[in-house]
Amino acid sequence: MTTETATRTPPSPGALGEVPSIPCTEECLLRPGNTNCGGCGMSVGLTMLGRALEEAGEACTLAIPACCGAVTAGAFPTTSYGAPVVNTTFASAAAVASGLACVRDLNEERGQVICWAGDGGTYDIGIATLSAAAERNDNILYICYDNEIYGNTGGQRSSATPPGARTSTTPSGKTEDKKDMMSIMVAHGIPYTATLSIAHPVDFRRKLETAFTITGTRFLLMHSPCPTGWKSEPSDSVELVRIAVSSGLFPLYEVWNGKTYRLNTLPDWTDPAEYFKRQRRFKDYEIDLDATTRVCRERFERLAVLAERFPHDG
Amino acid sequence: MPVEVVTGNHAAGHALSVAAEANRDARGAACGIYPITPQTEIVEYVAKYPFTKCRVVPVESEHSAMGVSIGASLAGARAFTASSSNGLAYMVENIMVAGFYRLPIVMAAVNRTLGPPWNIWADHGDTLMLRDFPWIQFYCESNQEIMDTTLLAFRIAEDHRILLPALVALDAFILSHTQGETDLADQGQADRYLPHLDLPHRMRHDDPKTLGGLMWPDVAASLRLEIDEAMLRVPAVFEEARAEFVEVFGRDPGGALQTLGTEDAETILVAIGSIATTTHEVVQARRAAGEKVGLIKLKMFRPFPEEAFRDACRTASRVGVLDRNYAAGMGGVFWQDIRAAFQSTRNDLLIQDYLTGLCGGDVTPAMIDEVLSDLMARERAERPVWMGIAA
Repeated sequence: MTTETATRTPPSPGALGEVPSIPCTEECLLRPGNTNCGGCGMSVGLTMLGRALEEAGEACTLAIPACCGAVTAGAFPTTSYGAPVVNTTFASAAAVASGLACVRDLNEERGQVICWAGDGGTYDIGIATLSAAAERNDNILYICYDNEIYGNTGGQRSSATPPGARTSTTPSGKTEDKKDMMSIMVAHGIPYTATLSIAHPVDFRRKLETAFTITGTRFLLMHSPCPTGWKSEPSDSVELVRIAVSSGLFPLYEVWNGKTYRLNTLPDWTDPAEYFKRQRRFKDYEIDLDATTRVCRERFERLAVLAERFPHDG
Repeated sequence: MPVEVVTGNHAAGHALSVAAEANRDARGAACGIYPITPQTEIVEYVAKYPFTKCRVVPVESEHSAMGVSIGASLAGARAFTASSSNGLAYMVENIMVAGFYRLPIVMAAVNRTLGPPWNIWADHGDTLMLRDFPWIQFYCESNQEIMDTTLLAFRIAEDHRILLPALVALDAFILSHTQGETDLADQGQADRYLPHLDLPHRMRHDDPKTLGGLMWPDVAASLRLEIDEAMLRVPAVFEEARAEFVEVFGRDPGGALQTLGTEDAETILVAIGSIATTTHEVVQARRAAGEKVGLIKLKMFRPFPEEAFRDACRTASRVGVLDRNYAAGMGGVFWQDIRAAFQSTRNDLLIQDYLTGLCGGDVTPAMIDEVLSDLMARERAERPVWMGIAA
């Protein structure tokens, strides 16, 4: 297993690594022919999830609340999903997954029960349900693809929207900070919590594989570029989230049991200016780049202290 | 099992538990549970039951209680839960989903006044809020009926001709917390009565399907039509399940409508839930005195047993509906449906609504007598009559 730790030399941000090429067929988790937007981070995430499941020999059942992941299926009688999927009510993904998972476990069956949810269904309407499942340590894998916006409804603010971002409900730019969902989930003390970036596919895949081997609630937070909502070029998607990692805006790290930490890449403190400039959602809003970098550095410093004081062994 | 003196909540909890246990050699059972007065004892009973293969998940809200039960049912387990009043209101979104996903979940619902104000007593407004969803609805008048109807509900809900969730309603405190002699089903009886659950559309890896995705109007509407067809099959399946019940348990769980004196009654009262017991007593006394009065107890409200209802009223010229609920701007919910049932078939029938025992008010024999006297003296039906209102 590849492990990237803060103590080793991290790979250059965005190194693609060895991603095996698997042909897309009907058996794929995300089948070809879906109508998702070009440059959609969620679609890349689903493809990576599918490949990781295939490599691990794991089947999966998806519980998807209202979000772009629900739209991905397309119209009946066709579906873009090569796995059983249930569309849940907006707040219920984790609860429905808990029900599915407990019956799987009662019957000693294999297969991951995975919630595939956006930030609206995770940070906002679904947070109580998710928190409760985590508190019970139900045996589910919850993956939040965070595009920092209610994308499916045309781009409204969520509590994951970063300050300065213009959305249809924050026409002059959001003034509040982004909710720190990772810290909230870490505070639940669940067995595994990690951040994912599609610009770091090796790290992404390794974390999925790690999550598959763990029993209990696992929470993965993926930074998910959304050209439609971010008003960015589809071809910039990977580059944008790469800058988010290298500038410290979106640190890659893992936490076990809410106690032991591991940092996966060290930011090189790339100037985040490019990140904001290439997204028209930040247009007309004066982003204080120095303050942003300062906040990022402080957050990373805290994580680094935790990782040094409470390192994850193994 | 010997007859025990137990509360309605105990009867409901016991029935849910033996039903869940009866699926132990199949895919087991599971439920999400959440407390609310006066239902809490039901989920407490379930939480401490020594199951062989059942997971009880104590969740953070009613919404999630039904969410967990939906997931469990989709995975092929026998699923159930219990709630009441504002808890049902909070659960509504997932109650609807369970119906549209055709999941045979059984829910014990203790009828309690929807708040505000804070009032924990009996009123049917909470479950009637759910009347337009694809759920079968039963209302009980005794602890024995709660026990029996809950098992009957699983049997009907899980029948492949039906595949709809069912709720078994019981009046707050009057039944939920009042002890009465109840013949509790033993496990052997429940095992004989309930076949293993086989959900044809359960989620499986060897046949991946996407449930609840985008569907065009005509196809989506065809699913509504299928629900209607299933609903129309309920009365016949109910009678089969009832006959089987008699065979296994040696007692009759009762039909969709239960009547007294309707064969010759000129005046009929319609009662639902525990009010039926009081009304039965008054009607019986009046009949003994030679009056041609009758009683229809409505046990099954959804699907509405329209034909049976019309048939039971064939000799009547007046019907009084005792509604323990109020639909704002309209009147009693049962009254509305009963009026609709006679639309263009019996324009001569006087159908008067009496809003009785709202928000947990006592419904006494004297009050039923007052209703009967008012009804029998009436020339025509008018707006609903409000009974027992504070001066």
